[in-house]
Amino acid sequence: MDQEVKGYSTVKLVRYIVCILLCFISIFPFFILIINSTLPSSKIVTGIKLLPGSNFMTNFKNLIEAGNKTSGVNVMQAMWHSLLITVPATILQIYFGSLTAYAVTAYKFKGRNFMWGFIYAIMMIPTQVSVVGFIKVCNLTHLYGTYWPLIIPAIAAPTTVYFMKQYMETGLSLEIIEAARIDGSKEFYTFNKIVLPLLKPAMATQAIFGFVASWNNLYIPSLVLGTERKEMTMPMFVAALKANDKERDWGQIYCGLFVTVLPLLVMYFILSKYIIAGVALGGVKE
Amino acid sequence: MTKKKSVEHGKYGFMFAVPFFLIFFIFQLYPLIYTFYNSLIYTAKNGRNITESFGLGNFKNYVFGNLGGGEIWKALGITIVLWILNFIPQILLSLLLAAWFTDIKYKLKGNGIYKVIMYMPNIITAATIAVLFYSLFDINGPLTLIAKSFGWVGKDGFLYKGWASLIIIAFIQFWMWYGNTMIVLCAGIMGINPSLYEAAMVDGATSKQQFFKITLPLLKPILQYTLVTSAIGGLQMYDIPALFNDGGPVVNGVNSTTTVMMLIKKYTTVGSAQNLGRAASYSIVLFVVTMIISLVFYKITQDKTNDGR
Repeated sequence: MDQEVKGYSTVKLVRYIVCILLCFISIFPFFILIINSTLPSSKIVTGIKLLPGSNFMTNFKNLIEAGNKTSGVNVMQAMWHSLLITVPATILQIYFGSLTAYAVTAYKFKGRNFMWGFIYAIMMIPTQVSVVGFIKVCNLTHLYGTYWPLIIPAIAAPTTVYFMKQYMETGLSLEIIEAARIDGSKEFYTFNKIVLPLLKPAMATQAIFGFVASWNNLYIPSLVLGTERKEMTMPMFVAALKANDKERDWGQIYCGLFVTVLPLLVMYFILSKYIIAGVALGGVKE
Repeated sequence: MTKKKSVEHGKYGFMFAVPFFLIFFIFQLYPLIYTFYNSLIYTAKNGRNITESFGLGNFKNYVFGNLGGGEIWKALGITIVLWILNFIPQILLSLLLAAWFTDIKYKLKGNGIYKVIMYMPNIITAATIAVLFYSLFDINGPLTLIAKSFGWVGKDGFLYKGWASLIIIAFIQFWMWYGNTMIVLCAGIMGINPSLYEAAMVDGATSKQQFFKITLPLLKPILQYTLVTSAIGGLQMYDIPALFNDGGPVVNGVNSTTTVMMLIKKYTTVGSAQNLGRAASYSIVLFVVTMIISLVFYKITQDKTNDGR
């Protein structure tokens, strides 16, 4: 018995140590990032510092000035551009994702099963490989260099449709829709005023993931906005940050990274419960 | 009566689905078809003569011929190596952690907090993470300085070494994604009928036996999902390798960490007809390879018996 208790606590101890070590590895780079954003470049290149300095505001000022000078866009403007894309894209994604899921869940019509099978199948298509064609579409529609090609495609997000449909199958009773119909509610009105409010929890989850994906996207924006440096988004700014100078001001670079990480970290720690639950739900797709 | 009614409303269902399909056709399907089409337009330059021909010219010259110098296959090899180097440790560690976090016998306290912290890197912009790690591993970066003081690395640091860059990139990917995979697997394990474990415990099965005989087989569908989505994402890897080391140092005439998506971007950005055909043909290679790999994984992890769930 004694031995078993001993074995029990050793197993637990080992597991705790591994978990704490992994957590340390997850946090450590961000820790250095925060510390270094407050130090002057001359100190950063001498090794790891564990205490913050007082150079943050200077770094930030240099960062803004350097941005304005080299590309005409500073970090705050770049984040604003990202917001201009991400907010409408996220709204379109959850609204039309819900509408499409509602169409194939609540209605019976010819081709419905085909549509659903189609949406299911296209989830697996790698999207970025068709950039050559995507640029072609941008040129044909005269949308190249604008934010529209980064916003409008959010309407067709198969994973959102999939997620919303899963949710509707358990969380939406068709009787309510039938009752609304008897009361004379028009179909579109029923969706907007009765169905959508019922989908709030699922929409919130999808909104978080849609927002993060769009906000972090680098590949497509850097191709579509390629020549329009003035329209640069936040990830493009980060990419440019590294390329800036031969004589690197590390304080400025770390400061720029910190500014781009901060909103995400704040959002994450406020919403982490929902995010973790959302990741779990997304995986149980059987 | 009811049947007629639902058919009558059916037209609304169709109408509601139209925007999705319209946008899908314009911004996803057409680009894919056009990329296929463009890969068949071969532009040859002979001095001042530019000739355009329709056929397999791009594939003959750039993919299988000497014009591309085999760069697509090298990039494909690097992409696959990067994916394997991050995915294998990732799935093993995630499985282990998921087994620990769902273990009833040895309950760990605070596993909610561990999940939150381990998932955190996944939500941060990949571009930012790549530049952050670049800063940490630069010649005067803090981690390089530590490694130097232990004599693990020469005075030139990590970044001029191809293999070191590859391993660091794979590590970053691993570090960003294992939390995600772990949470997905935890959810999968928690979805398994608990009475199976109870019965196994009554029969005296050890935790190890329970894991290999119950958990693992019943987790197959979710492992399949994880494997396929990770392969699709991994083969399109771009942000981390592109920003961490700009394609890596040139070793034996080859950029040591250039992935396929980086090549595609390079030739798409140049934008001349010649380069677009080249980029398109590389895209098709990546598309076909991705489809084959996903299908193979799908088949080999296919669950034939579907009981216990």
